[in-house]
Amino acid sequence: MLGLLTHYPLLTALTALLCLGMVFGALLGFASVKFRTEGNPLAEQINTLLPQTQCGQCGHPGCRPYAQSIADGGAINKCPPGGQETIDALANLLDIESQPLDAEHGVEKESRVAFIREDECIGCTKCIQACPVDAILGAAKLMHTVIADECTGCDLCVEPCPVDCIDMVVRKAGIAHWSWPMPASPEHTNIIATDKEAA
Amino acid sequence: MNSVHTIHGGIHPREEKQLSRPGQVIDAGLPHELILPLSQHIGAPAEPIVSVGDHVKGGQRLAEDQGAVSAAVHAPTSGHITAIDMQPVPHPSGLTNVCIRLTPDHADEWLVLQGLADYRSEPPDTVIAHIRAAGISGLGGAGFPTATKLLARERSAIHTLIINGTECEPYITADDTLMQVAAEQIVAGAEILAHILGAETILYGVEDNKPAALKAMREALAASDDALGQQQVVSFPTKYPSGGEKQLIEILTGEQVPSGGLPADLGIVCQNPGTAVAVRDAVIDGKPLTDRLVTVTGRAVSHASNYRVRLGTPIAHLLALAGFTPGSRQRLIHGGPMMGFALATDAVPVVKTTNCVLAPTQEELPAPPPAQACIRCGLCAEACPASLLPQQLYWYARAKDQEQLEKHHLFDCIECGACSWVCPSSIPLVQYYRAAKSHIVETRDDKQRAERSKGRFEARQERVEREAAERERKRAERKATAQQKAAASEADDPVQAAIARTKARKEQAAQTKDAS
Repeated sequence: MLGLLTHYPLLTALTALLCLGMVFGALLGFASVKFRTEGNPLAEQINTLLPQTQCGQCGHPGCRPYAQSIADGGAINKCPPGGQETIDALANLLDIESQPLDAEHGVEKESRVAFIREDECIGCTKCIQACPVDAILGAAKLMHTVIADECTGCDLCVEPCPVDCIDMVVRKAGIAHWSWPMPASPEHTNIIATDKEAA
Repeated sequence: MNSVHTIHGGIHPREEKQLSRPGQVIDAGLPHELILPLSQHIGAPAEPIVSVGDHVKGGQRLAEDQGAVSAAVHAPTSGHITAIDMQPVPHPSGLTNVCIRLTPDHADEWLVLQGLADYRSEPPDTVIAHIRAAGISGLGGAGFPTATKLLARERSAIHTLIINGTECEPYITADDTLMQVAAEQIVAGAEILAHILGAETILYGVEDNKPAALKAMREALAASDDALGQQQVVSFPTKYPSGGEKQLIEILTGEQVPSGGLPADLGIVCQNPGTAVAVRDAVIDGKPLTDRLVTVTGRAVSHASNYRVRLGTPIAHLLALAGFTPGSRQRLIHGGPMMGFALATDAVPVVKTTNCVLAPTQEELPAPPPAQACIRCGLCAEACPASLLPQQLYWYARAKDQEQLEKHHLFDCIECGACSWVCPSSIPLVQYYRAAKSHIVETRDDKQRAERSKGRFEARQERVEREAAERERKRAERKATAQQKAAASEADDPVQAAIARTKARKEQAAQTKDAS
């Protein structure tokens, strides 16, 4: 055998390549079984960028399905709660051009939270069934209330309420939530100080 | 310990300290109404325990502290509670917040105050409880509840207490004045704080532009019984912002507080002299924090001075005392010219963190000219006392690149304003950092919230599916049992039996017919 190989260098090379191929093939085969990723990792990554409001404004039943649709090549500008910031982050992740929010699905609003006017609530449980994150407490014929910290402000409970006792209120109102505004960029200011004086 | 160290950067703005004649205190008297915000400190707002119409005495608690980081509010004099409502408060937003309004009856009747007879024989927790009950929060400017700060002793061993009499910001002389008129009380307060913390050393850091204060402090120290033995007044060259907590620690000890860390990690706690006096009053006399020294200064007032002011006194009252003549486009600044903020109205009250009210003329402190483009000169990096790269932070803040901002230690910025002060393009750098900081905090918050709602949504989804499967299973089960029953009862089904009987009878009848 050894003699045969030394006499035919081509055969040596072929054998060596074959052996290498077999070893690496086995290695790859093992790795593909051992390190298999379940599901689509891209959809998962996209999902972490979405605001998880579960509001369905994008036309999908929740953020995960929307993430899946984006991973499959769908539009990235259908999420009003996430707003422009989310669209930019998605464009960055997918390395595509960012787009403005598609107004067909709604406009960007401040974060809101549902508030049940409790003396008007008749205890029909319809909002409880509608809430995608189980943020409403209550039982049949008993008053319901919203766990404000868990509410995503998705609006889904407002429609089913037969007595219209649910309001959406701004989550971060008042002095405790105030923050310094970003200054206008210098390019947009008047360079000549006297212009400002006159105004 | 005798050598003082130096910090990176820093600036030398015009001091203007003599304007308010440090060392002189004028009593501001009683205004016609006191406005006491429930949130004069960092942390949870206090909860009112009085109602409208109540008559209260001086020193009576009006609002209870809520949770670990909070401070109570007390009545600065006797009178009637006239309202608990939204009032403008000293805040950069110019927004309103909940305040208790008290109309003094001018009798100035006080509760009988009860201090601790001998704090040295009491356990630290009892003394801290006294400080908490007195509603003391840091009087230096940040307003962190003092009792909470003292709990640092539970996390790490404290060896040094620093009394921060630096007062490096221009114009302000409240601490300077306090050191001149109440040096003994400061030393007594510092000794109480050191007793609580278990600190062996007390350092009084004072900038060398306050010779009178230095002298008074040294004399008070010499006169004190000095039970600790390790007390020292340290004077060091004037530079802004040496009074930053982390900066002062570096100046006095040469050690740097680690990024994202607290002075307690080095075994050090810093307190303001005013806080030390408040602690002394609370522990020895049982007196809650109801007044403070406020510098009223600027060239738009004729009697710039330091005033002893009851908390809740409207700033308009103070300005009237100081002979304020507003000019055109008059600005009012709460705090100093570097770190203070403009007030929207003079109806706001003096709160625990009000160290200065500045009423400058237009020529004295002109409004900043419009910002121009950054020319990358690097002056800001030279001035930064925290050794940051303000210019890079500026670009990243504009690009909203949060990752890079955090990598460049945005959160180590103490917002001293030295970078904006030196900027030849007048870029309001600090405002960019403040906005970026709150934006990052908000994003973090949103991420956390999203993570939680995702979990809840998935849990609900799972439950809905499980319930549907359960229903399906039950239906299948019911169907199966029904079928089984049908199969089992096929034999003795009465209908079938009746049909069979009829069939049999018919057959029988047919047979008999055939037979016949």
